[in-house]
Amino acid sequence: MTDHVREKDEHSGVETTGHEWDGIRELDNPLPRWWLWVFYACIAYSIGYWVLMPAWPGLTGYTRGMLGQSDRAEVSRALSDLATVRGAGAAKLKTATLTQIESDPELQAYALQVGTSIFGDNCATCHGAGGGGAKGYANLRDDVWLWGGTLEDIQQTITYGIRSGDDQARMSQMPAFGRDQLLKPAQVADLTEYVVALSGRQASAAAVTRATPVFAEQCASCHGPAGKGMQSVGAPDLTDSDWLFGSDRASISSQIHNGRGGVMPAWGHRFSPETIKALAVYIHANSGQ
Amino acid sequence: MTVVIDRTTPPSAADNSPGPVSAAALARRKADQGGGLYKKRVPIYPKLVHGKWRTIKWAMLIVTLAVYWIVPWIRWERPGLLPDQAVLVDFTGRRFYFFFIQLWPQEVYFITGLLVMGALALFLVTALFGRLWCGYTCPQTVWTDLFIVVERAFEGDRNARMKLDKSPMSFNKLWRKSGKHAVWLGIAFSTGGAWIFYFHDAPTLIRTFWVGAAPLTAYISCALLTATTYVFAGTMREQVCTYMCPWPRIQGAMLDEHSLQVSYLRDRGEPRAPHKKGQSWEGRGDCVDCNQCVIVCPMGIDIRNGSQLECINCGLCVDACDEIMVKMGRPKGLIAYDTDHAVVSRVAQKAVVYKPVRPRTIYYTVALTLVGAIMLWGFLQRTPVDLNVLRDRNPTFIRLHDGSIRNAYTLKITNRSFEPQTFEVGFTGLKGVVLKTPGASASADRLTVLVQPDEVRAMRVFVSAPKGALPATSMPVVFSIRSKSGSAEKRTVFLSGEANAR
Repeated sequence: MTDHVREKDEHSGVETTGHEWDGIRELDNPLPRWWLWVFYACIAYSIGYWVLMPAWPGLTGYTRGMLGQSDRAEVSRALSDLATVRGAGAAKLKTATLTQIESDPELQAYALQVGTSIFGDNCATCHGAGGGGAKGYANLRDDVWLWGGTLEDIQQTITYGIRSGDDQARMSQMPAFGRDQLLKPAQVADLTEYVVALSGRQASAAAVTRATPVFAEQCASCHGPAGKGMQSVGAPDLTDSDWLFGSDRASISSQIHNGRGGVMPAWGHRFSPETIKALAVYIHANSGQ
Repeated sequence: MTVVIDRTTPPSAADNSPGPVSAAALARRKADQGGGLYKKRVPIYPKLVHGKWRTIKWAMLIVTLAVYWIVPWIRWERPGLLPDQAVLVDFTGRRFYFFFIQLWPQEVYFITGLLVMGALALFLVTALFGRLWCGYTCPQTVWTDLFIVVERAFEGDRNARMKLDKSPMSFNKLWRKSGKHAVWLGIAFSTGGAWIFYFHDAPTLIRTFWVGAAPLTAYISCALLTATTYVFAGTMREQVCTYMCPWPRIQGAMLDEHSLQVSYLRDRGEPRAPHKKGQSWEGRGDCVDCNQCVIVCPMGIDIRNGSQLECINCGLCVDACDEIMVKMGRPKGLIAYDTDHAVVSRVAQKAVVYKPVRPRTIYYTVALTLVGAIMLWGFLQRTPVDLNVLRDRNPTFIRLHDGSIRNAYTLKITNRSFEPQTFEVGFTGLKGVVLKTPGASASADRLTVLVQPDEVRAMRVFVSAPKGALPATSMPVVFSIRSKSGSAEKRTVFLSGEANAR
């Protein structure tokens, strides 16, 4: 035992720790009492937490805690609650036909609500938030439809997709006339002029004349002799002002050369038939038809 | 001309006790030690008094409490599933019902207007008659009065109560005290309980409340109001007015020397002194210094110190003093509703003038009339029909295959009437347009839509303008709706942007 007397600070009357830095000595004040109690309370709480809640990681798993709390279970509970909440509406959609849904104010309002959220989460990525489309992605707001714009057509397209690999998918393939050397470059150039002329624009008359037999032979089977298109095979109308892959000569020439066709997934694998019905009504209603 | 009432100096040689200065100064003067803004509550034992003002106060107490407890139970027939409660603030259904009036949340400005009118009316009444609101109708005053009635029933009047409080605990004291608190709690609970009936159907709620099936908010509100009623009217009383309420501070801006308020007529009362029977009244004032005005005061103040922050203008001291004056054979009204100006004039032996019409009261009246007129006009203009138009911004417009341009709008049609209404939707501003709404088979330039009672219906409307019908990229257009119950219209634009050029 030493008879060491701890140094006391003159001003505050508090003992110092004996540590000194650059002439400054540290007072040995006790921890504030309230702080200490909060600290002890936290320790007690954390022990209770370890026992009750999932806490410690192990090699093969983790301690589950006595309350059996699980975020995963909570999510599935929330999802099943959601299904219950939506049950009544979904049941109505199930039995009603598409036309009934669209003409009944209450069902229509419900379908539009469902459609808005489903479209925003899944379709807007390609078709745009407002459904206005982009180059290569169809505009769903106008009155031009590659595969048909009736409620049933839209339902079919959403369910099975386009070139999606599904057995019942919308399927057609425009030949890559240039790339596969089905036509000579000069013929492709002439056809480009022909298509420009079809949509009512100025084009080289000589090229149009040269391309007329080629069009009749190669293109008319799908696009029709007058270029009016055919919805059953997804062949677009070449006479209107709507162009999926662009309206200028370079775009048209490139399309004849490469024969591109878009792909849309088959949503029937992901959504219930009721959801697809609601989505079809949403798209149909917003296309102003 | 505005006269500043200076109470920092004694108003006359006769009264040289320093007048009240401010709440802080008063508190400091009254406090036991060291000043500060708060004085610990000293229990006040107001004595029961009889007289004209006490009778009016009883009447106001009965009327205001009756209104509070009875109103939610008044029924008012409304069609369909609408609630049949005359006065109902339906937060869940987002409607406010007041007899024949139904307000939607977006019409909350009517409530704002009422509150503004309430404030202005309070200003006017205060400028004319002092704090009548505080003395007779404020819930704090009314419930405190009611609680004092209970207190008196259990513990007796002033002297008995003081004696009881000083006495040691005994069975007598215990049952009187606990009985009082039990009845207080009962009143507080029925106060909180009545409050929640304003927000839910009362007959339903009174059943669901007891079986635990009422909304959580009902229980919380009820508990909160029970607690505040019990604490405010039972144990805090005048402290609520003195320390919590802003109005005593604001009233200073409304009152002036011409406002009628409870006043001690010191011109008549001073010099005060006790009076023995048979003594002459010559050379002295009428105040016999009996202290009755202090004893009956629920705020525990001495009105003879002049108008002060704590005074709620209830007139109980007027009744108390009148009783003594009658006994003394002197005229009543030594303490009376009078103006500062009258008192000062009489001291100076000048003619007394009462001026209810002053710039201040004129301003308040004009403002009150103006707000009232605007409210009335707004209420008469109110139609059960409303239209809002939201233009689609994505995409802004659509070019159709034939070159025509289409804009899409969402119409929000409000039907505030209690019957279904068929609206005819019209569109003006463009020639040759075609209107279309989903679900309707044929396109036409005029659409009809059915809106259910008490509902807003969102309606998608597509407007197509033929090629060449658009002289500008932005055309002003108007949507209109019309039904038997009224009509409305809304301006918007029809955009065609770069598509217009092609």
